[in-house]
Amino acid sequence: MILCALSIFGIVALIAVQLVKGSQLSWDKFGFGFFSWPEGFNFGSVFKAIMDPNSPQPNYWDPVNGHFSALPFVYGTLVSSFLGLLMAVPLAIGVAVFLTEMCPGILRAPLAFLTELLAAIPSVIYGLWAMFVLVPLMREHINPWLVQLLGWTGFFSDDNPTGLGFLSAGVILAVMILPIISSLTREVMSAVPHSQREAVLALGATRWEMIRMGVLRNARIGIVGAVILGLGRALGETMAVTMVIGNSIEIHRSLLSNGNSMASVIANQFSEASDNLHLSALIEIGLALFAVTIVVNALAQLLVWAVTRGAPARVN
Amino acid sequence: MGLGELRVKVERNRLRSFLREQTDRLVTGLAILATLLVVAPLVAIFVYLVFKGASSLNVSFFTQNPKPVGESGGGMANAIAGSGILLGIASLIGIPVGIGGGIFLAEFGRGTKLADAVRFTADVLNGVPSIVMGIAIYALIVVPQGHFSAFAGGVALGIMMIPTVCRTTEEMLLMVPHAVREAALALGVPNWRSVLSITVKTASPGIITGCMLAFARVAGETAPLIFTALGNTYWSTNLNREIAALPLQIWIYAQSPYDDWHRLAWAGALVLIILIVTAVSLVRYVTSRGVLKGAS
Repeated sequence: MILCALSIFGIVALIAVQLVKGSQLSWDKFGFGFFSWPEGFNFGSVFKAIMDPNSPQPNYWDPVNGHFSALPFVYGTLVSSFLGLLMAVPLAIGVAVFLTEMCPGILRAPLAFLTELLAAIPSVIYGLWAMFVLVPLMREHINPWLVQLLGWTGFFSDDNPTGLGFLSAGVILAVMILPIISSLTREVMSAVPHSQREAVLALGATRWEMIRMGVLRNARIGIVGAVILGLGRALGETMAVTMVIGNSIEIHRSLLSNGNSMASVIANQFSEASDNLHLSALIEIGLALFAVTIVVNALAQLLVWAVTRGAPARVN
Repeated sequence: MGLGELRVKVERNRLRSFLREQTDRLVTGLAILATLLVVAPLVAIFVYLVFKGASSLNVSFFTQNPKPVGESGGGMANAIAGSGILLGIASLIGIPVGIGGGIFLAEFGRGTKLADAVRFTADVLNGVPSIVMGIAIYALIVVPQGHFSAFAGGVALGIMMIPTVCRTTEEMLLMVPHAVREAALALGVPNWRSVLSITVKTASPGIITGCMLAFARVAGETAPLIFTALGNTYWSTNLNREIAALPLQIWIYAQSPYDDWHRLAWAGALVLIILIVTAVSLVRYVTSRGVLKGAS
C-alpha cells in the first residue's frame, strides 16, 4: 500500500526527469533566451512589431533554420487564460453565492449535478462544440460587433475572417473552467461556519451584507485559491484551445487574431517535428508548462486547504 | 440636539436603510442573473451535443471501420476497439495502484506527514496538463522502442488514473463509520485484516464507482495519446503498433472538411458523453445512499 502511495512521488519525478532530459539540447543551445525575444531583436523592436503590423515581424519559431523562441506561445497562453478568467471569475462567484446563500433547496442538487457533469466532459468535445457552434457565432456576430464598438483601441481588428483566435479560445476556456471555479468556491463558502452568518444577521445586516461580511470575507483566501486552480486548468488546457486558437506563430495586438498557446503548439507540432532540436524545443515548452502548473496548483491547493481544513476535501 | 438636526438624521438613516435594501436586491438579482447566464448556455451546449450526436449515431458507427475519403458511411469500430484496449491497459495500471494508495491514505497512513504529502502531491498531479504526461511517456517508452504503440498510450492513461482513483478511494473509505472498524478490532481481528475485509469491503460500491469515474474521464483524454498511440485508420489490436482511439478520431474528424466525418465526430462525442453521464450518476447515487447500505 505504501508503495502505491509512494508511486505518486515517482510519477512526478519521472515526468520531471524525462522532460529535463528531453529538453537538454534546446536548453544548451538557447538557455534562458528561449523564453525571450529571438536573435536580432530586443524588447523595443518586438514590442513595436506587436503594436504595428507594418514594422518588421520577427520569425520566432523557425524549425528550418533552427531558431526557436517560445515567446509567442507564452504570450498566447497568458492572453487566452487571462481572457478566460476575466469572463469566468465574476460569473462563477455569482453562481456560487446564489447556490450557497440564496438557492431554494430543490434546485441545489440538480445544479450541483450539472456542474459535476460539465467538469467531467472531455476537452475534445468542448473543442468540437466550439469549432461548429462558437466559432461561427464569433465570426458572424460577436467579432464584427466588437470591431465596430472597440476597433479604435487596436485590440479588435477585422483582419481575421475565420472567427478563430485568442478571444474564441478565451471564451471556450471560460466555459470549461466555470464549473471548476464555481464548485470550489461553493465548497469554500459552505465551509464558513454558520455562526459567522448568524452573528452578522443578528446585527441587523441585510442578506448581501451578511454574504459580504460574514461569508466572502472569511472565504476570500479559498476563493482566490479556486480562481488560481481555474488558472492552472486554463494554462494547461490543450485540445479545446488547439481547435479554436488558429495555430499561427506570430504575436499580434488584436485579440481576434490567430495564435498558439504553449499546450497547443505541442499538440500541433510534436508528432511532425523532424529534427532533434525542434523536438527538444517543444519538450522544453512542456517542461515550462509542467513547472508552472505544479507551482500554480500547489499554491491553489494550499489556499483552498487554508479555508476548508478539517472538512475532507473532495476530488472532483 | 435641535429638532431640525434630528429630522435630518432620521431622514439620512431612512435613506441609508433604503439604499442598503436596494443594494441587497440588486446583488440578489445579479447572482440570479449570473446563474442564468451560466446555466442556460451550459444546458444548451449539453442538449446540443446530445441531439447532434443522437441524430448521427447508427448501427454502422459501431460495426464498420472508417471508409476512405469520399465514400459515405463507415463507422468507428476500430476506434472503439482501440479505446477499449487502451483503457484496459490503463485500468490494469491505474486501478490497483490507485486503490492501494487510497487505502494507505485513509487507513494505514491516516494523519501521518507522509499521507499529507502524498495527498497534496496527488492533487497537484491532477492539475498537471495531460499533454505533459504524453511527452513524458513519449520520452520513456516511444523513443527507446522507436515506434508509437498502443502500450505507450495505455501506460500514459494509466498513470493519469492513479491520482484520481487514489483520492476517490480515500474519500469513500473515510465515509465508512468508525464503529465498523472498532467492531472488527474489538473482535481481535488484526488491523490489516479489518482494513481489507471489513472497511474496504464496506466501501467497495463507492470505490468501484470511483474507478468508473476515473475510467470515464480518461476515456475522453486526447492530448496524451497524440504522440503515444498516434491513431490509426485501420483495424488494429496489436499492442505494439499505432492504435486508433475514440477521442483522437473525434479530433481528427472535427478538423477535416468532410460533412460525413463531422457526423462521425458528433456520434463519437455522444458515446463519450453517455459514458461520462453514467459514471457521474452512479457516483452520485452511491454516495447519496451512503456507503454502509451498499454492503451486503
